[in-house]
Amino acid sequence: MPLLEVRNLVKHFVRKQGLFSHPSVVKAVDDVSFTIDEGEMFGLVGESGSGKSTTGRCILRLIEPSSGEVLFRGENVLQYSSARMRTARRDMQIVFQDPYSSLNPRMRVGDIVEEPLLIHRLGTKNERRARVAELFDLVGLDRAFIERYPHEFSGGQRQRIGIARALALNPALVIADEAVSALDVSIQAQVVKLLLDLKARLKLTYLFIAHDLRLVEHICTRVAVMYMGKIVELGETSALFANPTHPYTKALLSAIPVLDPDAPRQRIELDPASFRRDAPLKPVASEHWAAV
Amino acid sequence: MPAPLLDVQHLAVTFGGPAPAVDDVSFQVGASESGMREVRGAGISLIFQEPMTALNPVMRVGDQIAEALLVHGKATRAEARERAIELLDAVKIPDAGRRVRDYPHQLSGGMRQRVMIAIALACRPPLVIADEPTTALDVTIQAQVLELLRELRARYNLAILLITHDFGVIAEMADRVAVMFKGRIVEEGPVRDILRHPTHDYTRNLLAAVPGAR
Repeated sequence: MPLLEVRNLVKHFVRKQGLFSHPSVVKAVDDVSFTIDEGEMFGLVGESGSGKSTTGRCILRLIEPSSGEVLFRGENVLQYSSARMRTARRDMQIVFQDPYSSLNPRMRVGDIVEEPLLIHRLGTKNERRARVAELFDLVGLDRAFIERYPHEFSGGQRQRIGIARALALNPALVIADEAVSALDVSIQAQVVKLLLDLKARLKLTYLFIAHDLRLVEHICTRVAVMYMGKIVELGETSALFANPTHPYTKALLSAIPVLDPDAPRQRIELDPASFRRDAPLKPVASEHWAAV
Repeated sequence: MPAPLLDVQHLAVTFGGPAPAVDDVSFQVGASESGMREVRGAGISLIFQEPMTALNPVMRVGDQIAEALLVHGKATRAEARERAIELLDAVKIPDAGRRVRDYPHQLSGGMRQRVMIAIALACRPPLVIADEPTTALDVTIQAQVLELLRELRARYNLAILLITHDFGVIAEMADRVAVMFKGRIVEEGPVRDILRHPTHDYTRNLLAAVPGAR
């Protein structure tokens, strides 16, 4: 049984444009299905507005989906009561993109990391303090920093604080929503290494949401490409990158700047007429599907 | 050898902190291939990273382009309006005659960056400083904007000082590159040489940190 199974997930937003015009429906997530196995690093990639972040938030019910199922260890969390969902979130945590805005600037970072334990009423004060110190060690932050405020830290350190907070409750699944996108490339490499180390040490499973295909190719076992609310291609990373099949995946890959100034460059522009938006995923090869 | 278009010598900037933000930086930017152009008016234009904050949200984009011309006394009001449409056309904004009346919020991120570029080009500067011009854009839009900058460079004989953290963008666009670390230029040279044989540790580490780099 996969750890997480997303079935036919849909999220529609209704947008009212003017007083007398009909409201329009934005299909942010439009019939998305995928599974993540225990211990996997699953990449969900796409550009702004593709619906990748909304998908991640719907899984945790930070945004309520319009329809579909989210099975965590076989149980549909969309049917949980809000109290039950709160408990379920101990197992499913999220790390956000922007470490500058996702940490409360008025709280000491030790309190920020401790907060999930308090919310779930876990441990005595001393036990919680010990756990915070342990978490600081785990993410490579000096314990001496526990009493400091977020503004005293660099972007990479703040993201470590966000990770420590996400790990406080020993989750099984971590949703990393553009968790390293705002970081400089050298800092990004360090935080990615931390995420991989933690995965091995704590047997974590990741949903890694990103717009950076090269990064995903580098670290994910499988990857799904989203475009306008739909998964247009999904497969084992090596298979998908060796043979990108959907026109959007091809366009996206061809747009990535190449480090070698002499490498052949062939830009593939996306021709929206070259595919049907409602085409279902079909097998291209073993463990590789595309909506063509 | 003709004088460079831009010659920066021993530049230092401090913001009151212990270490200077820019520390003894010197470099030159030469004119584009066909040699020096006559420098007129402003001479240098800027393109910023985030067009939404760099553009005036309550002013039509055509008026913002026209303003650049009017401020520098380059055109009459009627000429400026005409030029605004030409410039939107030059940066490949479809239906420029109609778009000229749009407000920034009516345009996508990529289109807003094209408007920024049109404003930068309004006074026909020989040098454009582009500060992370595609950093806030999606990769497919980035590719289009970089392509546009390449075309404009050839068409208008532009020299471009491109400021970026992305070595991929450097590899795609630049002839020469200077690598800055802690306020200083630690390495400078032709892009091919620096990418193939980085000599400074910082450059090496930076290149190694690019996902998928060998």
